Amino acid sequence: MTLRLAHNLKSAYALDMAFIRTRQQWGWLLGLLVVLVVLPLFASDQILTVLTIIGIAIISVHGLNILTGYCGQISIGHVGFMAVGGYTSAILTAKLGWSFWAALPVAALAAGVAGLIFGLPSLKIKGFYLIMATIAAHFIIIWLVLQFRTITGGPDGMPVPKPAIGSFVFKTKASYFYLVMAITLLATFFATNIVRTRAGRAFVAIRDNDLAAEVMGIRLWSYKLQAFFVGCVYAGVAGALVVHYFAFASVDQFPFMDSVWYLGMLIVGGMGSTVGAIFGAVSLKLLDEAVTIVGPILSAAVAPQAAAALALFMRGLVIAVFLIFEPRGLAHGWELIKAYFRLWPFSFEDAD
Amino acid sequence: METDRRVRLRIDRLTLNFGGVRALSDVSLEIRDHEILAIIGPNGAGKTALLNCINGFYKPQRGEIYFDGRKITRLRPDRLAKLGIARTFQNIALYAGLSTQNNLMAARHMLMRQNLLTSALFFGWARAEEIEHRQTVEEIIDFLEIAPVRKKIVGVLPYGLRKRVELGRALALEPKVLLLDEPMAGMNLEEKEDIARFILDIFEGQGATYPDTPVLRDGVRSIVLVEHDMGVVMDLADRIVVLDFGQKIAEGTPAEIKTNPQVIRAYLGKEN
Repeated sequence: MTLRLAHNLKSAYALDMAFIRTRQQWGWLLGLLVVLVVLPLFASDQILTVLTIIGIAIISVHGLNILTGYCGQISIGHVGFMAVGGYTSAILTAKLGWSFWAALPVAALAAGVAGLIFGLPSLKIKGFYLIMATIAAHFIIIWLVLQFRTITGGPDGMPVPKPAIGSFVFKTKASYFYLVMAITLLATFFATNIVRTRAGRAFVAIRDNDLAAEVMGIRLWSYKLQAFFVGCVYAGVAGALVVHYFAFASVDQFPFMDSVWYLGMLIVGGMGSTVGAIFGAVSLKLLDEAVTIVGPILSAAVAPQAAAALALFMRGLVIAVFLIFEPRGLAHGWELIKAYFRLWPFSFEDAD
Repeated sequence: METDRRVRLRIDRLTLNFGGVRALSDVSLEIRDHEILAIIGPNGAGKTALLNCINGFYKPQRGEIYFDGRKITRLRPDRLAKLGIARTFQNIALYAGLSTQNNLMAARHMLMRQNLLTSALFFGWARAEEIEHRQTVEEIIDFLEIAPVRKKIVGVLPYGLRKRVELGRALALEPKVLLLDEPMAGMNLEEKEDIARFILDIFEGQGATYPDTPVLRDGVRSIVLVEHDMGVVMDLADRIVVLDFGQKIAEGTPAEIKTNPQVIRAYLGKEN
């Protein structure tokens, strides 16, 4: 297994902090990389499309996880910040002729700055009221995009070039898959590190007890804004990847409901868990795929109008089921499975 | 009597109102080096309100608080933590979703220098700093005998242990002044004895037992104890301040307080 065995004791704090401790774990990581590298050689374009979309969703949910799962600042404007990143990158590459590689960090920063601005209300309000403020952020951003039609194309959208290195253009499904997976792995690496160190603990402290956090020397305003910044930087990267993937930027790519679904992914995967963000994004996106396969069959058998509603219905049902029966999400189930194998065959509580 | 000891914290004619309710009126007191000062009083006397003023939760309408001679009355709580004032809470205020170890690590926050960038990269600077602070945290865990629950999420720990973790979190700030708000509330006799021992050990310092951890080696030399258990207070405190209805009605050594007629009246009602 990838799992740390009960007898695998640590002899230094560095080893206790390490995520990959055993040879088997290195093996699994290597295996994952090999699968990701080899997959496009065998998989169809359709599968690669699904996996690319999942990768982008993972990046976005990582951001939302840091902001909402760790720092407790619930945001339903996440897609708005993706739009900021997407349009920034679109304008820089299409109108100003920048390379994708220069535009991507700028798009990320632009989304981060937008996050800082729309995160300001969090210094004064929380809970329900903050949710309303973040919803407003989404609609303000989309309204701005539609208003500045000379540079954004307004409701017509705008064409966007595909990323390129020299003469090599990422125009095939496989090449874009590699690009997205590389960025997803990096994003996961950074997210993991942020949440296990100083800033991550400060975020959780604010989520769990903001008054105590302040007494313990954490500057609330600074860390709330940092959470918004990081969360929206992730959204910006994801948004940029979306528009370059479709080679087109349009407000239709950033529908409000997606913000709700990203939150749903977080709930299904497990709030406040990096692996949970991955589980959530993968499982809800796969659910969508399952529905598109089952949908036509169902509509033929039962009612034609059922197919359209089925996706929404299934997502809503899954999120509700998780909220009721497993509010800690798939990540908690994963912990239980790991614990089972770690302790097997003697399932005593380890002192660690 | 021991007025030669240096004054750490001076509270000067503090008045705090909530609307028409006067929580504190003209309260003055001093917390000196090398002393455990107990603040006692009936329920609603303003003990916790006073602590909340000291660490910046409440902004008093009148009066000033000085820390090492510096005026700190209206500073934000996080600034006060940085100056060296730590506290525990009457109702435990831990980070329920973090493990014991990470609760203490979170308290090292302001002693750390990582930023988002170095944290995200982890390897190198952030890792070295994490290890360095982890050592101090482990010493505190060892001192408070909470090693068995090091990796447990504090939300699931029993009450007595959570109180102890909270004490550890306050210690991890390496404070100069430690404010303890009813550290023994709701505990049985054995648990109270444990906490009393820990408080004395923290106060006295552990010297060579923890040579590398200043806060344990040298101890915290100014402790403010808000507590209802008179036995504990009389045994631990060097001086006692008595509040009643937001006013200071007495101050002195335990022996003086025991026989003070005003204190007896406040606690037992008017004698006829």
